Amino acid sequence: MKLTKLVRKELFERKSQVVTGLLAILLGITVIVAIKNIAFYSEKAVAQELDALGANILVLPKSVTLQNYYSADMQGEEFPEEYVERLTQSNLQGVDNLSPKLSLPAEIQGHKFTLTGILPKSEFQAKAVWQMAGVFSRPEGCGTVVSIPGLTPVQPKETLVRTRVVESLNNTEALVGADVAGALGLKAGDGISVTGKTFTVAAVLPQTGTVDDSRIFAHLHTVQQLAGKGRVINVIEIVGCCNQISQGLVPKINGLLPEAKVVTIAQVVDTQIKTNRMMSNLSMVFVAVIVLVGGASIANYMYGNVYERRREIGTLMALGAGSSFVLKMFLLKALLLGLAGGVGGYVLGTILALLLGPKVAGISVLPMPTLVLWAIGISVLIALIASYFPARRAARLDPFATLQEV
Amino acid sequence: MLKMEAVTKTYNHRGPVVTVLSDVSLEIPSGDFVSIVGPSGSGKSTLLLALGGMLSPSSGRILLDGASLYDLEPDQRAALRGEKIGFVFQTFNLVPYLSALENVQVPLFLGGATDKEQKARAASLLESLGLGDRLEHKPSELSVGQQQRVALARMLANDPSVILADEPTGSLDPETSAQVIEFLDETNREGRTVVMVTHDPQVARRAKRVLRLDDGKISHEEQITGFGSVG
Repeated sequence: MKLTKLVRKELFERKSQVVTGLLAILLGITVIVAIKNIAFYSEKAVAQELDALGANILVLPKSVTLQNYYSADMQGEEFPEEYVERLTQSNLQGVDNLSPKLSLPAEIQGHKFTLTGILPKSEFQAKAVWQMAGVFSRPEGCGTVVSIPGLTPVQPKETLVRTRVVESLNNTEALVGADVAGALGLKAGDGISVTGKTFTVAAVLPQTGTVDDSRIFAHLHTVQQLAGKGRVINVIEIVGCCNQISQGLVPKINGLLPEAKVVTIAQVVDTQIKTNRMMSNLSMVFVAVIVLVGGASIANYMYGNVYERRREIGTLMALGAGSSFVLKMFLLKALLLGLAGGVGGYVLGTILALLLGPKVAGISVLPMPTLVLWAIGISVLIALIASYFPARRAARLDPFATLQEV
Repeated sequence: MLKMEAVTKTYNHRGPVVTVLSDVSLEIPSGDFVSIVGPSGSGKSTLLLALGGMLSPSSGRILLDGASLYDLEPDQRAALRGEKIGFVFQTFNLVPYLSALENVQVPLFLGGATDKEQKARAASLLESLGLGDRLEHKPSELSVGQQQRVALARMLANDPSVILADEPTGSLDPETSAQVIEFLDETNREGRTVVMVTHDPQVARRAKRVLRLDDGKISHEEQITGFGSVG
């Protein structure tokens, strides 16, 4: 005989009462685990959607009007490339990628295209001071590529479409949009002459359905030389973390670059932020509800249990049990109930999330093992707190009174 | 040696003060066998539970082997109770969800014995009481007489020097009742002190001494012949 065996035997003796007492907390944990699980994968999925969309913040010259998001850089207005340094050396949080651009109109074989200069990521990494203090030295956030079941990563050079940044691009390389490649019959490795300079096609970009399809991308500094206007750019495209955008990333960028105009795809970001907030609020409401209802239900069950077992408690005291033993006995019972509620709630909640995820949020959901600790933690805490006063009452029972009823 | 020194116990639940025990002084030497009789409400069970360290007196002292029970901390008193006192109740008070073996293990477990020691001692006690084939039965699966025998085995588990029995034959038929009294007699012959509350005069006269309680006071004391002199 051990204390755990004694408690376990008593639990199994009154199974139906245990299930009734545990029902509220079990259901509460189930719902919270399901919401948290779906919300996690929903946020990941939307983050990937935003990522696939490309830049969600644009830094433009002040005088430019934003009519077409994808061609905002083609209005002939410029600002100094030095703005990029101001951003990379700042302590801004939530910038996952940024890409300065300079665009020139170009005509090849009678077709009108746009030659766009971009700065590959290797240029940022080459400058130690940017690595030390710049935005890329920090961990990447929600706007970066995440692993979603069923989707495969894109080839390195072609990531430009999604991340707005390529890893490397030398002075003679060019990336061509799908329409350019189609019109000129180009493929990777071919040569192409643009505004008097010959480039090698490093990759053909996938179709995007935007003006990017009729762009030819080359190294920014090469395009700047061709333009002959010095170190200027038309736009800085930024992939910002959506949560950080909601927490005021845009005004912060504006503060760093007061001479520029900073715009965002407000609608896309706002919708996601609202959904995330709703999920988060909903899960907080459920936490509050289970704390109250689950706690009250367990406390009620434990008070009943103490009353029902008062003769047994008196007998145990007659046989040598002290009040600390009785307190321990009921708190151990609460601990086991909490464990059962947490594990049961996690299992049911995960099953619910796997079933409802595709139907409610249109996403596939996987079990999240980290939630089991969370579920057990909250369930055990509620059970222990709710059981403390009934357990203390049991420990303080007058053995004489309990035995006199015999 | 059990000793009560001018013990008074009063209650004042919802109304006037009720005196359950009134200035009771009593000495029960080691090895004595005392029956306590008296009408309902005379304070018999109160006296027994007070002797067992289960009910603190309003005034006076109760000593077990020289130690004042109610001057000890509650948990120390519980430990002393587990070590030196064996209780037996009219309705046996077996733990319903434990088997016969486990019920007898409880006081051993509370006393700190290992699982192996508990099982060996409990099984040997139950076997000596003729319940060797009922070790895994729950109380609800046992007859009334068998339940009382499990309770007796549990009472002896920690080899107590004092046995306090509250109406031990109250729920039993005459034959089982006689077996229980015989068992208590035997434990007394082994040197244990037995204090038994009963309302059955025949059962009471199996003891060495009979104390009669009326209105919380010892009104009469009788030595039973055939047992020789007491203490």
